[in-house]
Amino acid sequence: MNTTGSLWKRSVNGRTALLYLLPSIILFSVFVFYPMFRTIYLSFFLTDQAGNAAINVGFENYQYLLGSSEFQNSMKATILFVLYTVPIGIILALFFALLANEKLKGIGFFRTMYSSTMGVSVAASSVIWLFMFNPSIGMFNRLLQTVGLPQIQWLLDPEWALLSVSMSTIWMNVGFSFLILLGGLQNIDEHLYESSRIDGAGYFYRLRRITLPMLSPTLFFIITISLINAFQTFGQIDILTKGGPSQSTNLIVYSIYREAFVNYQFGTASAQAVILFVIILIVTILQFKLGERKVHYQ
Amino acid sequence: MKTSLPAKIWLYFLLIVTSLCVFFPVLYAFMISFMTGPEIIQGRFFPQTFNLENYTKVFDRLPLLNYLLNSFIVSISVMLGQLVVCSLAAYAFVFFKFKGRDFIFFLFISTMMIPWEATMIPNVFTIRKLDWFNTYQGLTLPFFALAFGTFLLRQHFLTIPKELHEASQIAGLSRFKFFWKVVLPISKTSLVTLGAYGFLTTWNMYLWPLLITTNQSVRTVQIGLKQLQSQEIATEWGVVMAGVIVVIIPTLLLLFIGQKQLQKGLSQGALK
Amino acid sequence: MKKVELINVSKSYDKQVDVISNINVTIEPGEFFVLVGPSGCGKSTMLRMIAGLEEITGGTLKIGEQIANNLSPDKRDLSMVFQNYALYPHLTVQQNITFGLDVKRMKKDEQKRKAAEVASMLGLTDYLARKPRELSGGQRQRVALARAIVSETPICLMDEPLSNLDAKLRAHMRSEIRRIQRTLGITMIYVTHDQVEAMTMGDRIMILHEGKIQQIGKPIDIYNHPANPFVATFIGSPPMNLAKAVLDETTEELVVENELRIPVPGMERSKLPSHGMTVGIRPESILPLTPEQTGGVKLEVTTTNVEVLGNETIFSFHVGTEEWMAKWSGQWHIGIGEQLPVWLEFDSLSIFDGEEGHLIKKTVDQSHHVVQQEVVE
Repeated sequence: MNTTGSLWKRSVNGRTALLYLLPSIILFSVFVFYPMFRTIYLSFFLTDQAGNAAINVGFENYQYLLGSSEFQNSMKATILFVLYTVPIGIILALFFALLANEKLKGIGFFRTMYSSTMGVSVAASSVIWLFMFNPSIGMFNRLLQTVGLPQIQWLLDPEWALLSVSMSTIWMNVGFSFLILLGGLQNIDEHLYESSRIDGAGYFYRLRRITLPMLSPTLFFIITISLINAFQTFGQIDILTKGGPSQSTNLIVYSIYREAFVNYQFGTASAQAVILFVIILIVTILQFKLGERKVHYQ
Repeated sequence: MKTSLPAKIWLYFLLIVTSLCVFFPVLYAFMISFMTGPEIIQGRFFPQTFNLENYTKVFDRLPLLNYLLNSFIVSISVMLGQLVVCSLAAYAFVFFKFKGRDFIFFLFISTMMIPWEATMIPNVFTIRKLDWFNTYQGLTLPFFALAFGTFLLRQHFLTIPKELHEASQIAGLSRFKFFWKVVLPISKTSLVTLGAYGFLTTWNMYLWPLLITTNQSVRTVQIGLKQLQSQEIATEWGVVMAGVIVVIIPTLLLLFIGQKQLQKGLSQGALK
Repeated sequence: MKKVELINVSKSYDKQVDVISNINVTIEPGEFFVLVGPSGCGKSTMLRMIAGLEEITGGTLKIGEQIANNLSPDKRDLSMVFQNYALYPHLTVQQNITFGLDVKRMKKDEQKRKAAEVASMLGLTDYLARKPRELSGGQRQRVALARAIVSETPICLMDEPLSNLDAKLRAHMRSEIRRIQRTLGITMIYVTHDQVEAMTMGDRIMILHEGKIQQIGKPIDIYNHPANPFVATFIGSPPMNLAKAVLDETTEELVVENELRIPVPGMERSKLPSHGMTVGIRPESILPLTPEQTGGVKLEVTTTNVEVLGNETIFSFHVGTEEWMAKWSGQWHIGIGEQLPVWLEFDSLSIFDGEEGHLIKKTVDQSHHVVQQEVVE
């Protein structure tokens, strides 16, 4: 009830609202905002074993990182990984979604198949792919053998390891992207297609002039999410390669994990975490800046 | 729209081939889980017999039942926690007018831009300070607040006509009762979507349980898989795959049942 | 039954200009009071202030004898029917009807009895177990009505409750709502933008425009004696014909649009100002000229549009820059562009002040009375 009484009385709405928001605010403060600032703070320090800030070193952690070949390598691997996984993953998911958007008998079954990888955890998929990549009894090398091609040390060859991890990652993420894109496709007004049919437009013309423009908000969303997810990859690295061989798959999150919880270098780990944060911030902002102009919203 | 017969055949062909490719790894794991060591080395696709030996073995090697139970407890707690925390926040954003609402909403949205991995180091210390290593609360509580969930529910709450709120005010319904008796029942579909999403992501969570479980007491199945794989490598793949199948069955089932719902709910939450 | 009194009530947002100002009115117990005006005139805001859904920024609201400015909506002892009905989609018709009773913790069987009673009054008995989405628009409207009635509050507020129904159903519901209001004797405050609804339903109506009261009164009085040109054109269909006019002192004629000259009877002349005026005449007061006709002002008009509606004929023509309409009962064969002799009387003119807009001269009472009660075969 609104009253024209005192400030205390008038703010009753705000105070009750705060009560409803309190759980979220507390949790966000403790587990998101505080640790974010703490991470930034720690990135300027050398730390002891317990993670307490010991010596203020200013930007030295960053300088050290930028100069270290290990970190440069990790950045290079991460960027390559993103480039390998995101475009192909989305194009595949889009292709599946277009197929699964046709009105055919039994289409529900196919939709379930395509989305199934979303129900398989990163750990489980990594274990399955680890077996498929197995050089002696894995499926891939057996296939190569039957075709008469030379065997590949999928996860053990520095040339191939990142590609192999990327392949498995594309598979892991395709279910989620598919589900989102299919949802986007089904939101497109059927009448648009009907009127274009009356105009005699062919399949690819419709795809180019109706489907993709109308789908652009969804595509935009899934591209952003996929980029962010790719930068955050951890589980498959931990199970498939442990960052090796010769650090060729040492993606940034794995590198942070190693630095912090294996080497106990919380200062440099924090500096890497801040860099990760900045990268994701830039990606999101760029996406929104570019997306706003190009995306066609209904 | 009508599709011509040749187009139909071509479509079915593509659908079958591609969907089989996508589902193949799971199917393959399923087959391997019934095979004996020699069969696997022979490189067969179908096992000779569907015997469950690998399954009994995997439950012997690992406290898998215990891990499954832990995973269920953790996933359901996070699911319920998210539903409560997010729906309360979304309700405040939609049905209260107050100063600073837009600012707080912006703060919520901004948490989506902070990758969880960038904050994990201090979070581990926080959990250590609270002495929450190897506890359910340590595994679950940090995930109760979820900007995406709040946003998803907010979008749904916004579609509730404000007259419903006014009619309830005239009838004398309190703010909380309106939330409980009207808003939540009307938003059942979004709650189900968010619930399924929360369960799925928590069940599949890997890095956080890896960091804060140091013994078997509350360890989840995903970490169990890592344990299994590092113990059994190159020896008994059948047992490992049996473990994999056991771990993915709950989420696959959930996905098969809720696929339509998830697809609708998530794409709506993503866009509007 | 309770009265509702608004004293100097006003409403502003963020301390800016008043969207509603100077509202003074007493709605009597048991009265059917209609608030009518074009969209955006503030009528809904006013209703919502009475309901307690909108803060009153100035003045006093009294419900019964109690000052109600700061009472929460549920303490005001009123019910409300919304334009979109505001039915709870997850509850059955029965639960929707008893929702308010349940909040007030009435016993379950008592609730059931009351719901059954109201449902039979509104013909909803067969639908009690259904959900709102399984009902037609008209049925939903009835559920909303039932929910208001069952609460047995002395005051009922309705915000354009019929605007989502088709024309036929709307006409039917008009009389039904009126009937229920009479039987239960509730004080009804009814908001609409439809002047037909206002005319046919209200004991009294209030016309609002840009947040200000234009006129309050019985529908027929407002029709006959509109307080200003806005009311004159808002009430009545087709609206009253208006035109600028000045008094020609030498010939003692009213000159309308430099074209039409109407002699002013001697006793009226002193009332008319020397500056500009607006004259108005109802379309039905422009009459067909017959050879026997002697008095009045005769004029020849050229029709610009003709509509034959079965039992009446409406045609338009120009008077200076204004387009006027005339309404004749019966079917008339008139072509567009045809010359037509018509006549009108000074008595049937409404004259408004050209600057302030207030009514200077009323029309003379032309209503008919039934003299003989019997009909002889």
